[in-house]
Amino acid sequence: MLATLLAVQDAAPTVSGADTAWMLISTALVLLMTPALAFFYGGLVRSKNALNTMMMSFVALGAVGLLWALVAYSLAFDAGTAWIGGFTNALLAGVGVEAKGTIPHVLFMAYQGTFAIITAALISGAVVERMRFGPYVAFIVLWTLLVYAPVAHWVWGGGWLMTKGVLDFAGGTVVHINAGVSALVAAMVLGGRKDFGRQAILPHNVPFVLLGAGLLWFGWFGFNGGSALASGELASLAFTNTFLAPMATLMVWVLLDYFRNGHATAVGGATGIVVGLVAVTPAAGFISPASAIALGALAAFPSYFAIALRARTRLDDSLDVFAGHGVGGITGALLTGVFASKAFNPAGNDGLLAGNAAQLVTQALGVGVSVVYAGVMTLVILKGLAAVVQLRSDARTEGLGMDVTQHGEEAYSTGEGSILVLPAEAAPAAAPSAVPATAAR
Amino acid sequence: MKLIIATVRPDKLNDVLEALYRAEVRGLTASRVMGHGGEVERVENYRGTTVKMGLQEKVRLEIGVSEPFVDVTVKAILGAARTGEVGDGKIFVLDVEQVHRIRTGERDEAAVTPTIPAGV
Repeated sequence: MLATLLAVQDAAPTVSGADTAWMLISTALVLLMTPALAFFYGGLVRSKNALNTMMMSFVALGAVGLLWALVAYSLAFDAGTAWIGGFTNALLAGVGVEAKGTIPHVLFMAYQGTFAIITAALISGAVVERMRFGPYVAFIVLWTLLVYAPVAHWVWGGGWLMTKGVLDFAGGTVVHINAGVSALVAAMVLGGRKDFGRQAILPHNVPFVLLGAGLLWFGWFGFNGGSALASGELASLAFTNTFLAPMATLMVWVLLDYFRNGHATAVGGATGIVVGLVAVTPAAGFISPASAIALGALAAFPSYFAIALRARTRLDDSLDVFAGHGVGGITGALLTGVFASKAFNPAGNDGLLAGNAAQLVTQALGVGVSVVYAGVMTLVILKGLAAVVQLRSDARTEGLGMDVTQHGEEAYSTGEGSILVLPAEAAPAAAPSAVPATAAR
Repeated sequence: MKLIIATVRPDKLNDVLEALYRAEVRGLTASRVMGHGGEVERVENYRGTTVKMGLQEKVRLEIGVSEPFVDVTVKAILGAARTGEVGDGKIFVLDVEQVHRIRTGERDEAAVTPTIPAGV
């Protein structure tokens, strides 16, 4: 993304109809990834927490999306300094239909906004089934301001990592390492679910998990293909690599599952697809399609064994956000430094296999910086929030389930024994009877 | 022998099963049921419709035990299922006329195992 962004900025600023058409579609595709993530995560939790888990993704559409328009876009993409953008575009000042590259500036802002939304939503997988909804919303808002916007600025907005030549086509570092490491820290700060390690906690709807993985793949064509910020050759390369890499990861994952446990599992297959998508994200526009297959196949191993190892520890990163997105993102970022090739993208750079070992070092720098920054800042934000609010529910509320206690709804209500409260009696009747439930939150 | 029927909170089921396992009570039937034990109704909202959920989800356990196991079983359930709030459930102990184990044709005390609790 960064290289093409530089290239197009030098060109005459005119809006291209073809580029705009593709970016309009890409923006819608990436926005769909957040509901897709809701299904992926929602299927993995117990039925009593299905709505809460899905709402953790859905609420990011509103909370992070609006924050993006108000100020976070400006902090990420306004020229500013090497460390953080300025406030020139705050409240969308100066963001009109004029050309930004070859697409209208408003569209560029919207497209980038969809990335901020899904990145914040990704973290929720580490804290599901126990974190209170209000503090969660406060957390993702602060996190977008203090972690996402600065890192996006460093890598894409003309900041210092961009100047150093770190290759991150569509957000392996900004999105996945960032979210993965933050998820790890969030899981440690919150502590495990009360049943974690004591009883089996099983996915309540595996078809949802497969549906979510499928829709994520579909949306990811906009995520990676759209990161060319134009239609044409580069978008097609990124699109094709996004097509191929998860295929390889899926097959390696399923084979690993088969040879280690005797079964090719559906949850494993869905996880493999997502890990492949994560890994190819930083590389999509810099490597050949053949390399994408190799990258996808290799990327299965670290994440697969990270999940197997994590399950044996006391760390309750409930939906393995770190193993999937953190480890997958790091693998992808480093392999970008191995497979990158100027023959496929002259605006990129050569990697290790093309004789440029230095690129691998540059990639490792990008990884190291984002791991440390995301980790430390997430710790600071959560400790700060914990000083003023209670982050997690008590054991009783957790036992009842987060759907009823946080949202006053059930995912699979039968309606048996439910009594309609008429509007006239609702106000006096609802208030006192709601007290025991709310008091325990 | 007796039939013990216990209605407990679903979120306490695992604790109860663990307690029964520790007490060496083997063999039970569990079913998901809806019930109401005097607890305050939960209020839910669905797009402008407010409903009071009069029936709560509960788990009903049926356990056939030999005489020496009655107290052990009741004590295990009492200890594990209690939260102290209204809606914790009930335990009923009923006389049983006959018990037959289908696999072997054994009947009555011989059909509910074991007959001697641990530590007695």
